[in-house]
Amino acid sequence: MQLQLEYFLLLAAALFCIGIYGLVTSRNAVRVLMSIELLLNAVNLNLIAFSNFIDPETIKGQVFTVFVITVAAAEAAVGLAIILAIYRNRDTVDMEQFNLLKW
Amino acid sequence: MNLAEGVQIVSFGLLAVMMIGTALGVVLFSNIVYSAFLLGGVFTSMAGMYLLLNADFVAAAQLLIYVGSVNVLILFAIMLVNKREDFAKAGNTTFRQLLTALVGVGLFALLGTMILSTPWPVSSGSITGGASPVEAIGQHFFTDFLLPFELASVLLLIAMIGAIILARRDFYQDDVPSATTSPMLTLPERSRETVGALSSSEKKS
Repeated sequence: MQLQLEYFLLLAAALFCIGIYGLVTSRNAVRVLMSIELLLNAVNLNLIAFSNFIDPETIKGQVFTVFVITVAAAEAAVGLAIILAIYRNRDTVDMEQFNLLKW
Repeated sequence: MNLAEGVQIVSFGLLAVMMIGTALGVVLFSNIVYSAFLLGGVFTSMAGMYLLLNADFVAAAQLLIYVGSVNVLILFAIMLVNKREDFAKAGNTTFRQLLTALVGVGLFALLGTMILSTPWPVSSGSITGGASPVEAIGQHFFTDFLLPFELASVLLLIAMIGAIILARRDFYQDDVPSATTSPMLTLPERSRETVGALSSSEKKS
């Protein structure tokens, strides 16, 4: 018995589905950002698994993962700043209350 | 990774259980502070997975960036919006959650059948032909991925400036001292007390 590519892919799929569930159901805006981080981590696990099992000579998947981590850090910073601005404006972090643009 | 196969399997199982458990905790706990700390658990077990997959540089980057900065940033944001609020009841909450769980399970089933039925072209070559993975990543960064690498630095600069501008408190126009009388050495922003007074007066009216 040996570690297979499918194990990692299944684990990443499970993590992605948990992230989707949190993204859709959570009421707190900060938790929505956490769910987005979960999604990005699932994608990173996929990339690293592919780079290890399919393309071990030129590990391009790891390079892509570093880029994804960079973009995720930038996204977290800007997203939390936006949540802070919305909180000052509306005095809540409830996603159901952010309905200014809803007709 | 030159570990015995039994050790690899056992550590994969432990990390997988830890990852799924903490991820479920992030999504399902009602207290958001618990969620934030469990998110650190997800990131740490993810770094362990990267070590199992021979990606030691990315594992270190994951620990530094995610656990060290993104998680701390999220904790700071939670402390800045530290309002205990009971969210107003929205209609059909359990129905919505059940529907979303159904969609999630369905998506997992779809992805799982796809993963198990695809014949992956698994290569048997050794990692980076024996060279260090860090060296290989550096080679990639400064040869064929040079443009995205430089663009990433510009993106980080843009994100930093954008986050500062978005998160700064907005200022009163009449409070700003005129530039002719004295040089302005501080950022013009509304002070804490006036923000509190404003929100309390809004509540009274």
